Amino acid sequence: MAEETLDAESKAPLTRSSSELTHLADLYRQMFLIRRLEEEAARAYSTGKIGGFLHLYIGQEAVGVGAIAALKKDDYVITTYRDHGIAIAKGMSSRALMAELYGKVTGCSKGLGGSMHMFDKDHHMLGGYGIVGGHIPLAAGVAFASKYRNDGRVTLCFFGEGAVSIGGFHEGLSLAALWKLPIVFICENNEYSMGTPLSRSMSVEDVSMKALGYGIDRDRFFCEDVLEVERRIGEAVLRARETSMPTLVEVRTYRFRGHSMSDPAKYRTQAELDEHKGRDPVHRARADLKTRGFVEARVAELEASVEAEVADAVKFAEESAEPEAALLAETTYDGPFAS
Amino acid sequence: MATRQLRYREALREAMIEEMERDPNVFLMGEEVGHYQGAYKVSEGMLEKFGDKRVVDTPIAESGFAGIGVGAAMVGLRPIIEFMTWNFSAVAFDQILNNAAKVRQMSGGQFSCPIVFRGPNASARQVGSQHSHAMEHFYATVPGLKVVAPAFPKDAKGLMKAAIRDDNPVLVMESETLYSVKGDVPDDLSDVVIGKAQIARPGKDVTLIAYSRATHIALDAATALEKVGISAEVVDLRSLRPLDEDTICDSVRRTHRAVVVHEGWPYGGVGAEIVDRIQRLAFDSLEAPVLRVTTLDVGMPYNAKLEQLCMPQTARVVAAVTKVVARGRA
Repeated sequence: MAEETLDAESKAPLTRSSSELTHLADLYRQMFLIRRLEEEAARAYSTGKIGGFLHLYIGQEAVGVGAIAALKKDDYVITTYRDHGIAIAKGMSSRALMAELYGKVTGCSKGLGGSMHMFDKDHHMLGGYGIVGGHIPLAAGVAFASKYRNDGRVTLCFFGEGAVSIGGFHEGLSLAALWKLPIVFICENNEYSMGTPLSRSMSVEDVSMKALGYGIDRDRFFCEDVLEVERRIGEAVLRARETSMPTLVEVRTYRFRGHSMSDPAKYRTQAELDEHKGRDPVHRARADLKTRGFVEARVAELEASVEAEVADAVKFAEESAEPEAALLAETTYDGPFAS
Repeated sequence: MATRQLRYREALREAMIEEMERDPNVFLMGEEVGHYQGAYKVSEGMLEKFGDKRVVDTPIAESGFAGIGVGAAMVGLRPIIEFMTWNFSAVAFDQILNNAAKVRQMSGGQFSCPIVFRGPNASARQVGSQHSHAMEHFYATVPGLKVVAPAFPKDAKGLMKAAIRDDNPVLVMESETLYSVKGDVPDDLSDVVIGKAQIARPGKDVTLIAYSRATHIALDAATALEKVGISAEVVDLRSLRPLDEDTICDSVRRTHRAVVVHEGWPYGGVGAEIVDRIQRLAFDSLEAPVLRVTTLDVGMPYNAKLEQLCMPQTARVVAAVTKVVARGRA
C-alpha cells in the first residue's frame, strides 16, 4: 500500500518544491472536484432533478482555479451564469453548490437562485449573473467600494468573449480605467458565444486589444497550465493591489460541453473538440503532479476523497428540504416592505 | 418645533447633506453633480462640502454608473445615483431590474442593495418625445424596488432621507417643474415615511388620487370644483411602491367616488393599479366607475399647445369629476 510512501513524503523537509507540489495538488483537487461535481450535475439534470439552465464549466476549470489561487482570502470574485467552478474555487462548499442546483433550501441561495446565481457572502463570492455583460459595471462598483474604503482588496471579474460586444463591458472598463479601480477583468475566451464563433462575433481576433482604448494594461495567453494561469493573473492582481490599476486579461480556453445542457454543439467538429480535449488542463495538472514526484497512490487517494465529497454533496442535495414560500417575502425586501 | 420655507431642490439637497454628514458610506454619483453643481442645481455646493471622493462626476454612461452603484451597495456603501433625468435611466434599466431589484432574492438574502436612484421625472416644458417620460410606471411594477414621488418640499426632504436610510433600492421621482416650488419644511420629519400617503386637502364628494406634479393639478382642480359646489378630497400618495391602499380606500369609502390623476400613459401603470385596489377593496362604497386623467396615449409632442393637450390638465380633472359626481346622484 501507499502508506509508507505517504509517511516518507510527509516527513520530507518543506522545500520550495515540496510546497509547490502541495499547492499544485490542491489546485488539481479543486479542478477535479469541479469536474466531478458538474458531471454529477449533468446526470441529475438528465433525470429532471435539476431544472432550468445548466451551463457547465467543464474544460475551463483551470481558468477559475488558477486565477482565484492568485487572490487573498478577502478579495472579491464575480462572474457570469457559468459560475459553478468559480464558486467552488472561491471556497463554496460542494454541498451548498449541489443543493442550490437541486433547488433546495440548504443551497447557497436557499434554492432561490439556481445554477446561474451562486452567491457566497462569507467567501466574498458576489455571484453569478444571467444577463451577459450586466455584471461588469457591478464588479467595477465593488472595486470602487474597495478604493473608497481603502480596504486593499482586489476584485476579479470573469466573463466570456461573448460579453465583449455589449455595452456593459465597455462602460465597466471605461469607468474602472477612468477611476483607477483595483480590478482584474478576465475574459474567458472559449471561442464560442453560445453557437457563434469569435470570427463571426468580433472584428478582431485578439480580445485583449480592447484594453488599448481604455489605456489599461492587458495580457493574453492560452490556458494550459493552472500554475501559469495563477502566475499571469497574479501579475494583474498585484498591479491592482499595489497601483490600483485595472487589467484586461484574455485567457484562451475551451468548453468541452455545449453552451448549456440543451446545446448539442453542432457548430463545431468532433475533431476540433478532440484536439482540445487532448490538451485538457485538468489532465495536464494530474500528469504534472506525477512528473514532479506525486505518487499514483497519493493522486488516487486525492481523487477518492473528491469522489466521496461529490457523493456526499449529491446525497445531501437529494435529502435536503425544499424552501418554504415564507422565504419569498423576506428575500425580496430587506426589512418590512411598508415601513 | 422649527419650520422653514425651502424650495423643493433645497429640501432634497439638505436631505442628502444631512445623511452624508451622518454616514460616511453615503456618496452622490452622476452626470454633472459636482463641478457643474448639478444640471438642475440640486447638488449645488456639495462638491465643495464633501470633495470629489463623495460627490462623483461621471461620464455619460448610465448603465455603467448605475451598475457601479449596485456593486458598491452590495459590499456596504450607500450610493445615491443621480440620473440627469429619469428618461436616461432607460439605458440603465437592466441594472435596476436585473441587479438592484434581484440580487437579494438571487442570493437567498445574503446580499442587499441599499441604493437610491433619483432625478427629475415626467414632463418638463417642451422637451419633446424622448425627455418627457413618466418612468415610475415601468419601475413601480418591479418587486424588490421601492418608488416614491414627493409633491412638496417637506416630503422631498423626508422621503429622500428615508430612501437613503432604507436597506433596499429606492427610486426617488422628482420633477423639474417642482424644483423651485417653496413649502414649509419642519425639522421633525418623522411622519414622512415610505409607504404612507397623506390627505393634501380634505373633501367629501370625490377623492382625487395623485402624486408628484399631478398632486398640484389635483389641488388646482379641487379649488375650481369648490366654486361649483363640489368638495374634492386630494390624496397625495407620496409613495407608489409600497402603495398606501388604506388611505386611498378610507377616503373613497367616505366620498364614494374617485378620479386618479397622473402623468404617463393610460395603458396599465400606477393609475390602473390604484383603480384595481379600489374596486377590490372598496367596491361596495363606489357610486361611480373610477376614472383616470393621464397623459394622452401618444408620444409627447414638442409643440407647446399640443404638449398641454397631451398632459393631464386641471380642466380634464374637473371634467372627469363632473362625470363621476353626476353618476348615481339622483
